[in-house]
Amino acid sequence: MAVTTLTLDGALISAREGQTILHAARDAGVRIPTLCDLDGLTPVGACRLCLVEVDGRLVPSCVTRAAEGMEVSTATDRLREYRRMILELLFAERNHVCSVCVANGDCELQDLAMELGVDHVRYEYLDPPCEVDASHDRYGLDHNRCILCTRCVRVCDEIEGAHTWDVAGRGTRSRVITDLHQPWGESGTCTSCGKCVMACPTGALFHRGSSVAENIHDRERLHDLVTAREEGRWGV
Amino acid sequence: MDLEELIALAESERAGRLPVEVRVCLAASCLGSGAGGVRDAIAGAIADRGLAGRVRLREVGCLRLCSEGPLVQVDSEGADPALYAKVDARLAPVIASAASGDPAEGIRLVDLGSPFFALQRPIVLENTGVVEPERIESSLAAGAYRSLHHALHELGPEGMIAEVTRSGLRGRGGAGYPTGLKWATVAKMPPGPKYVVCNADEGDPGAFMDRSVMESDPHRVLEGMAIAALAVGADRGYIYVRGEYPLAIARLDTAIRQARRLGLLGSMIFDSPFNFRVDLRIGAGAFVCGEETALMQSIEGRRGQPRPRPPYPAESGLWGCPTLINNVETFANIPAIIREGSDWFSAIGTEGSKGTKVFALAGKVRNSGLVEVPMGLPLRTIVDQIGGGAPEGSTTKAVQTGGPSGGCIPSGLFDTPVEYEALKALGSIMGSGGMIVMDQDDDMVGIARFFMKFCMDESCGKCVPCRAGTVQLYRMLDRIERGVAPAGELGRLEALCDLVKHASLCGLGQAAPNPVLSTLRFFRHEYESRLVSPDGDGARAPTPR
Ligand SMILES: Cc1cc2nc3c(=O)[nH]c(=O)nc-3n(C[C@H](O)[C@H](O)[C@H](O)COP(=O)(O)O)c2cc1C
Ligand code: SF4
Ligand code: SF4
Ligand code: SF4
Ligand code: FES
Repeated sequence: MAVTTLTLDGALISAREGQTILHAARDAGVRIPTLCDLDGLTPVGACRLCLVEVDGRLVPSCVTRAAEGMEVSTATDRLREYRRMILELLFAERNHVCSVCVANGDCELQDLAMELGVDHVRYEYLDPPCEVDASHDRYGLDHNRCILCTRCVRVCDEIEGAHTWDVAGRGTRSRVITDLHQPWGESGTCTSCGKCVMACPTGALFHRGSSVAENIHDRERLHDLVTAREEGRWGV
Repeated sequence: MDLEELIALAESERAGRLPVEVRVCLAASCLGSGAGGVRDAIAGAIADRGLAGRVRLREVGCLRLCSEGPLVQVDSEGADPALYAKVDARLAPVIASAASGDPAEGIRLVDLGSPFFALQRPIVLENTGVVEPERIESSLAAGAYRSLHHALHELGPEGMIAEVTRSGLRGRGGAGYPTGLKWATVAKMPPGPKYVVCNADEGDPGAFMDRSVMESDPHRVLEGMAIAALAVGADRGYIYVRGEYPLAIARLDTAIRQARRLGLLGSMIFDSPFNFRVDLRIGAGAFVCGEETALMQSIEGRRGQPRPRPPYPAESGLWGCPTLINNVETFANIPAIIREGSDWFSAIGTEGSKGTKVFALAGKVRNSGLVEVPMGLPLRTIVDQIGGGAPEGSTTKAVQTGGPSGGCIPSGLFDTPVEYEALKALGSIMGSGGMIVMDQDDDMVGIARFFMKFCMDESCGKCVPCRAGTVQLYRMLDRIERGVAPAGELGRLEALCDLVKHASLCGLGQAAPNPVLSTLRFFRHEYESRLVSPDGDGARAPTPR
């Protein structure tokens, strides 16, 4: 197996051929913040939190392959400021009220905000009218919390194979939809497997009827599923 | 069909010419102002007067001075061509009489020697308004498909790529990437399915260059694509046209069918082993679908959203295969380059920007329309001479180039030559060729807000800086325009512009701040004068326009 060597924040590290900067950094113990990325799903480079500087250019580390001799910085002041701004933009875009959210304490958006020191939002809250879809008997969708990371879209398409989810609309009016914009409960394709709920980084997708403390998003499980499938182990 | 048959067809078309030919523009703009009725009336008048043996009516594409449409040109043997403006169906008899030699009273004659025409250098538009877009014989008479034949039988793929590379042609879709280099990259990909795509989405507000070429001379685009396909080793192509261009779609469709029937497209072109099939794909009118990766997603039948590059289309495009994607005008340059040679082409224009550029000139100028000029001409020449300067009672303030991805250049800098690098240095871009002239009444904050609204509405929603950032930028601009933004707002505005520009996934978001940044650079006082002062005496009244 071919190996490349690159510099990450001043230290030499190695990467497997074809490995992304994100994964090479992770292997070297350097954590780069992400939201749209989820192990096992096709990366889309959409949230832009994982941007790193390569020779002065900004590239998304989740979709950029490590190359021989690259000089990568993962946490310059500029990157830290951009990441904060991206999170603030997300908070201002929908109605994230953590204190009354089912995912409070189990939310990747909240975790990142704390990690990056986002204690106030400099942008105008857009307060968009957002619906809650409670038509599915086991799960619910609250658009107020959705950050359009499309993990649900990809997990349902790529792992469950149902392709129940998609995105409709443009710009900030984009919304995740089920089937051809029908209520989730009436979806003819959903197998109720719950993978989308597991994958969701926020409280947008949740298990109905469970209390806040029980509403755990088990994201590792998805990774296990992918590995199991790749290795032909079915006893997960 | 072989070359001899092609030449025979072209000659019989030329032999059918009559002493007087009346060319009626039936491109979208003139059609919109009633050219259809004018055509019918002229046809009727010719028949009524028994002139059918002497006068031929030709249904052509754009005659360029679109603001003066409907336009009709009369070419009579032994006389100077006469271009009539604002023709009304009631004037048809007058034109028919003019065609038989009488002076045409009561119709505005346009001076074909005026700078609007004299300073143009038509290459892409050489047959626009000359050939009949719905009759392939007419294009053949003007030399269509001769370059393809030459490329096929004499140059070969390497020769073609060398010609295009040496010509210095750069992509006319906005970014100005060297066309020869792009072709060479696709050609070098391992053999297997490859595609050629013509980007005819033309989503910039105010732009109609590509539409005019497709409506007026569709075979030129098809020939350029076929030459490209031969050069890179592709046998299938797509033209992605926006659905708002029904006439361009219809004429391309007709042109494709006519070319196939004559064996100039399809299989065994010019009786050679070269096959090239072209299909049309109709876009539903999303600006982002002009972005190459989104465009390909859309052709594949998926939601038109950009994906990160690399991989570039040249390596992994349609269905994962190497794909060459060029703009309409880029392809339309190819037949002339192959015909006249790269030296001829590279002698036109400037060091870094070869050839001509077609602009859709509009806004506060006397003459608006379609203009093709050699690169390197100063902006002033285009605005003041070709455009005829500001209308009565106003003065030119700035010109906006590049649409929502471009910027505003103040009149003080009108000596800037029109070339890729010079415009970029001023924070604008060549773009696809929209050029909007503004006068003293135009409010720069309002212009910036207009373009930001466009980007906000057209953002595909995939990445956060663009989706959630443009909407905040729009709101900031709106507050500034209304005079209710606090002092210090410009700093926040600039910081957010910086993020959206540098962190967005595709060119839409990356370029969205340009109109703001360029107006801030040259017209900062228009922003500052509206901010609420720090001592807080309440909102200011918006500055008078
Ligand atoms: C948001 C966006 C919209 C675009 N729209 C167009 C378009 O309408 N037509 C076009 O030719 N290129 C458009 N482009 C540029 C294309 O992505 C691509 O660069 C071009 O088609 C390449 O052709 P060229 O090399 O001949 O210029 C657009 C780019 C972006 C980012
Ligand atoms: S529960 Fe499973 S099948 Fe249903 S939408 Fe979620 S991932 Fe798709
Ligand atoms: S519902 Fe959850 S997983 Fe799906 S796009 Fe929204 S935040 Fe992402
Ligand atoms: S920059 Fe805008 S248009 Fe481009 S991918 Fe991001 S959201 Fe979509
Ligand atoms: S994790 Fe890379 S862009 Fe979201």
